[in-house]
Amino acid sequence: MTWLAILGAGVGCYLLKLAGVSLPSRVLEHPLVERVADLIPVALLAALVAVQVFADGTQLTVDARAAGLAAAVVALLLRAPFLVVVLVAAATAALLRLLFPGW
Amino acid sequence: MADAPTSDLAPAERRSIIRDSLGVGIATGLYGVSFGAVSVAAGLSVLETCALSLVMFTGASQFAFVGVAASGGAPLSGALTALMLGTRNTLYGLKLAPLLGLHGWRRVAAAQLVIDESTAMSVTRGSGAAARVGFLTTGLTVFALWNLFTLVGAIAGNLIGDPKTYGLDAAVGGAFLALLWPRLADPRNRVIAVCAAAVALGVVPITAAGVPVLVAGGVALLAGVLTPTASDETELPRR
Repeated sequence: MTWLAILGAGVGCYLLKLAGVSLPSRVLEHPLVERVADLIPVALLAALVAVQVFADGTQLTVDARAAGLAAAVVALLLRAPFLVVVLVAAATAALLRLLFPGW
Repeated sequence: MADAPTSDLAPAERRSIIRDSLGVGIATGLYGVSFGAVSVAAGLSVLETCALSLVMFTGASQFAFVGVAASGGAPLSGALTALMLGTRNTLYGLKLAPLLGLHGWRRVAAAQLVIDESTAMSVTRGSGAAARVGFLTTGLTVFALWNLFTLVGAIAGNLIGDPKTYGLDAAVGGAFLALLWPRLADPRNRVIAVCAAAVALGVVPITAAGVPVLVAGGVALLAGVLTPTASDETELPRR
């Protein structure tokens, strides 16, 4: 099932790219297409941040991940590169769990 | 620069584009290591992790897929989220096609390289030749390094034991935020982001893992369809 999802979504993502370079570019001139295409990544990424950090199964929780996210915000405000942001978030959560086991 | 013929490119300009593209390509490729580690922490095997980087090859979709898997969501939810995020590459392709002027098998092969970074390094160029150099240099560098470092991260991630000890679960939230961050410069996007996050958290207690993110995506679709052109007047000018 996982393999089916991996290959299905993978090939699907490739076909989305191929469609882009193959379709006539006037599709872009449709304002609705452009607006929706702009909004979807923003909404999905924001939802992914929220769910990854504050959800535990079907429960909402605040734990070391929230501190990791706060540290990531600080790193981004300081214009840190992607890898540094990710490392800062992980290190913050790891340190807190070392100090307060079970958090 | 805008007047340059599309067939040739001054050596100095070519070198400068290649240098910039390699810089972006190396920086992006390196963070494949974080994807590899996060993916095996989410429960995927090394082979599955590498297959994602090779076939899907679009970072945000890959992180989304393993993120849903990590939270116990059905593989179908992960696949749908990945595909929805992948739709922006269609938009990039539409913008790139007239610049790159690719046909036949070249277009079929180049399509896999249509991602955030290769698009950013080519759509701003003044000529088709310059756009092609930026696109191919960035795309091929990211492709080679992203796949190599995915493998490195996946193997390392398998060796370190419980991923929570190293805060790898917190790393995923940080990665999504870093991908979202540049888009938050637009005030309308900030509103959409806050609404989407609130909607997703609101449905967490009542739906299966993976579904809240899809619901938030649906809200964005609705917002796009329902907000009339009035919102476009306040829109920031595009690149």
